[in-house]
Formats: sequence, structure tokens, C-alpha cells
Amino acid sequence: MDRETIIEVKGLYAAYDETIVLSDVSFSAYKGEVTVILGGSGSGKTTVLNHLLGLLPIERGLVSVLGKDVARLREVEQVALYLEMGVFYQTGGLLNSLTVAENVALPLTQHTNLPKDLIEEIVFMKLGLVNLQHAFHLYPSQLSGGMVKRAALARAIVMDPPILFFDEPGAGLDPVSLEVLDRLILNLKNKLGISIIMVTHEVSSILRVANRIVFLDQGVVAFEGPLTDALHSEQPAVQEFFSVMKNENIRELLR
Amino acid sequence: MGKRRKKTPFEFCCEGRLNVRLEGSVLLLSGNLTFGEAAGFTRHVLKHFRRDPGRKLYIDLGDVDSIDSAGVMALYYIQKKLSEKSVVVELQHATPSVADKIRLFYPEEEATVSPPRKPSFFEHIGGRVYHFFSSYVFEFILLAANIFYWGITDIFKRKVRRKGEFVNQAVLIGVNALLIVVFMTFVIGYVIALHSAAQLRAFGANIFVVDLVVFSILSQMGPLITAILVAGRSGSAIAAEIATMKVTAELDALKTMGLNPNRFVVVPKLYACMLTMPFLIVFANVAGIFGGGVAANIYLDITPEIFINRMMDIARNKELWIALVKSQVYAALIVLTGSFYGFRVERGAEGVGKVTTMAVVASITLVILADSIIGVIFY
Repeated sequence: MDRETIIEVKGLYAAYDETIVLSDVSFSAYKGEVTVILGGSGSGKTTVLNHLLGLLPIERGLVSVLGKDVARLREVEQVALYLEMGVFYQTGGLLNSLTVAENVALPLTQHTNLPKDLIEEIVFMKLGLVNLQHAFHLYPSQLSGGMVKRAALARAIVMDPPILFFDEPGAGLDPVSLEVLDRLILNLKNKLGISIIMVTHEVSSILRVANRIVFLDQGVVAFEGPLTDALHSEQPAVQEFFSVMKNENIRELLR
Repeated sequence: MGKRRKKTPFEFCCEGRLNVRLEGSVLLLSGNLTFGEAAGFTRHVLKHFRRDPGRKLYIDLGDVDSIDSAGVMALYYIQKKLSEKSVVVELQHATPSVADKIRLFYPEEEATVSPPRKPSFFEHIGGRVYHFFSSYVFEFILLAANIFYWGITDIFKRKVRRKGEFVNQAVLIGVNALLIVVFMTFVIGYVIALHSAAQLRAFGANIFVVDLVVFSILSQMGPLITAILVAGRSGSAIAAEIATMKVTAELDALKTMGLNPNRFVVVPKLYACMLTMPFLIVFANVAGIFGGGVAANIYLDITPEIFINRMMDIARNKELWIALVKSQVYAALIVLTGSFYGFRVERGAEGVGKVTTMAVVASITLVILADSIIGVIFY
């Protein structure tokens, strides 16, 4: 069956001053899948993500998101593309001066002319999808770490984006909250058909949600393929990562 | 009477993406019902049918190609709003994919989270007053007591002090402020003499410009301008530094390492400010009087010798002692206010900016209030 490509990266190069972070990165991500970008610290995962989000200028190579060449987009087109993306930041990125509801409503109030009470209904419904309706009037400072992440998730999906980007969604969460978040992510993927690009280190998360792995090592893609293949990869870096992962997993089971 | 406009059949088209046609009681939808179309569709339907109580309306979704959460919520909203006007709305003929989306997004129960009750006017005033005393006055006194306690007990305990921190803070708070303090008080002294020159010359009382400049600079302008500049410069820096430390959990880290943040962070700043402030005021006084002297020389022909002789006759030690007392009070107020607001930071980066502004406003206000009280006491 032919899969629809939603992201295509070809020969991406990136450097900070003299340090080359990405020398030649190429991979694809497909509709309806959870693609996890993996790699050690400093392997350039966040740099790749920032290029996909159009936050860094593309020096060399091609980055195409939903069929659009990110490097060639004018500002208006980039904004239009942002409306088709949901981005979930590591720290949640909620505006502390706004309530949870106002945070979630922000894209709707800024980008649509829906009536105010219809926006409230939509926000309430979206908060329901992440089990956070009771936090409607609360401020981010009144929420726990897990609740902040769920509120951020509600904001990321409020415009029904076909593609969601996650930057270390599990950072700072306890295993139970992390599992809740993973289940929510899977639920959203299955119910809404959202394609997900995720940068994460969390062993249990990868096993729970990943369909496809893109493993970065020394500025190139060391492995690209389904999770099951990654677990049996011959690549030394990938093997090393997953051997640690298996041990972690066993440790988790022994707990 | 004007011509009565012929009623047109209900039709709505949203840039070709959504077509809506009314046939009898059935509203036939075709195309997309998504974020782009939901607002216009909702407004149009509500406007057309809300004055039709008792009517039954069917919304046919058979030709809807795609629908998203905004579309589903628009249908829900229309049903809800029109039911309030006794118009019954039923959805029909949804394709399986559209029906799936409706099942997914359609609320099972009404939004029941009501906003918190707003207090009455008197409750509000009472709450604010109570909040002011419990959260500001009481907390400020508590913090001041804590800092002074550690400030006094740590004077002779060299071991507990961070090496070099006192000197570092003295340079930041005192030495680095010297230039601006000297410049500002010079200008103020010059302007005081300049503005009095015309009046004094008219009465032939040129020599009294020295009295005016010396008294106003020594007893008021020198200490006050110095304190205001230090409050603006260092008070804000203290508040921002402590607030950032709190936001980035550095203060928590200090606590969990068994260190008292007041003792570790604030006390060195208090020492530095209290030590450097008198020197700054002395420099400010000299610069202010010098500025006045320059203006007196230019506009009233008062030579430096005459100016200095007159100054030596009228200047009293009392003014210098009062300036010293003021310097200590102002220094303590600036450091305490900056720290107080720094510790009160909430809500991340935005909060840092907010408490910094509040710290500057509060410390300048407190300095001026203290100046008035000291002025009354030593009158």
C-alpha cells in the first residue's frame, strides 16, 4: 500500500559556527504514523525539529512539510503552514498570564472569527479530550507538571492540525503521568488520524507510541525504519541505544 | 411605503467550499464544514432561523466531504442556540466518516464549569486590604527581621560569607553607580543655582545662593537623588536577580543544600549597599555643591573663594549626620524592597519583569516616604 509522505528531508546540513551538527540528513515521515527522532545528546535532534518547524534557516538541503518546501515559503505561507501544525514544547510553553482555557483558545481567537461562546465550547471539548475540563479557569501556575503538558497538548490540537510535533514530551514527568500522556497521544493519533513527529529519549514512550524510528548519529541518519526493525538493527550506535533501552525495560519490569 | 423586498430562499456559499441550500425543512449541506467555514455557517443559520419558533429543521450532511472539530461544534452550537428559541434541529444522513467525527467531538454533556464567583464590592475592598497587610506589610516585616538577624549575626562570621561576594556587590551597587550619581547631582546643583539667580539678583541677595545650594543639596537633594538612582539601578537588579533565581529553582537548590537564601544572597547585598551608600552621598553632595558653585560663578559673579567661605560659615555637622542616617535607611529599604519583590515572583519570565518594575516603584516610594519622616524628625 502506498503511504502518503507528509515530511521529506533530503541532504539537510546545519552548523553552529564551526561545529557541524547535521552533515547530510535525509528521512521521510508518513501520514498517520508516529515517527520518533532518536539519537544521543548533541546528535542534532532538536536542530532537525527546528528546521521542520521553520525556526532555523535552511543552509543546504530540502525540508518539505505537507508538500511545502519550508525554505521557499514566504512569511504568509509559513503562517498558513503553522496553522496545519501543532507544536508541543518540552516545558508546555503555556502563557502564564492566561488561564488554561484562554491558552487553548488563543489560536482560535487569533486565526478564526468564530463566536466567543462557540470558541468556549470548542475549548471545553478539547480539554475534555485530554481530561482537563476541571482546569478550564485555572492558571498554568496552579497546575501540576502532567496537567501543564496535557493543557499544552489541548492547545496543540485545538485547530485539528494534521501533523503534531512533540519536543521531549515526557521530560520531567513521572512514569504514571508519562503513560497517561502517551495514551492520550496514541488516542489522538488513532481517533483524529494525526501524524506525529516526536523527539524523545523516554524508553517506555518509544516502545508505546513509535511506529517509525529515525536514528541520528554523527550528523547523519544511522537508521530509518519501523520500530521492530530498529530493535534488531546491526548499526552499532542503534544497537547500543536499544541494548540500554532493553535493559531499562527489563529494570522497569523488575520494579 | 417602499417596495417590500421579496424573500429569497435560504442559500449560503462559503467561497465554494461549503454550499448550503434550504429545501422545505431540510438544510442541505455540501462541501467542507471546517474551521474556515464554521463561523460564517453558524452566524448565517442562527440569523435565519432564530425568529422561527416551533419550527423543525433537518440538517442533511449526506454531501459533506469533510468536517472537523469546529464543524461538529458549530452543529452542536446551532442545535443548542436554536433549541433555546424552540427550534428543533436534527442531523441526518451523515456519511460514516462524518458520523465518526460527530461521535468523537460532539459533547455528551453541556459545559458545566462555571467561572469562580465574583466577590461583592465590599468583599473586594476588604479582601484587598487584608491581602495588603498579610501579604505585603507582614511579609515585608518578617523578611526584614530575618535579613537583619542574619546581617547582624554574620558580621563577624567570616566563614559563612562567600569569598569576594561583598566586594563584588559593593562594586556593582556602589562603584558602578558613582558616575551617574555625580553627574546627576552636579546638574541638579547647577539648575538650583541657575533658577534662584534671577530672583536673588533682583533683591541684591546674590550671596544667599550659596545657602540655598548648600542646604538643599546637603539635606535633601544629595541623599534623595542618590537613593532614587540606586533604587532604579540596583533595586531593580536585586529584584530581577532573586526573581530569576527563584524561577530557575536556584533558591530551592540553595534551600535543599541547607543554605538560607536570605543569608546567602541578600545579606552580602545589604552590607555592600549600606557601606557604599554614605560614600555615594558624599560624592553626590560635593558634585551638587560644585554644580551650584559653577552656576553661581557664571550668573551671579560669586567667586569660588566667596562661595567656599560662605559655605564654611553656614554648613553644619548636623546635615552630615542626617545624611549618614538617611544613607543607612535608604540602603536598607532598597535592598529589602528589591529582595522582597524578587522572592514574590510568580509565573515565570513574565513575573520577573513584573516584580522588577514593582520593586523599583515601591523602593522609590518608600525612600521618599522615609525622607519625609526623617525630615520631620530632624527638623
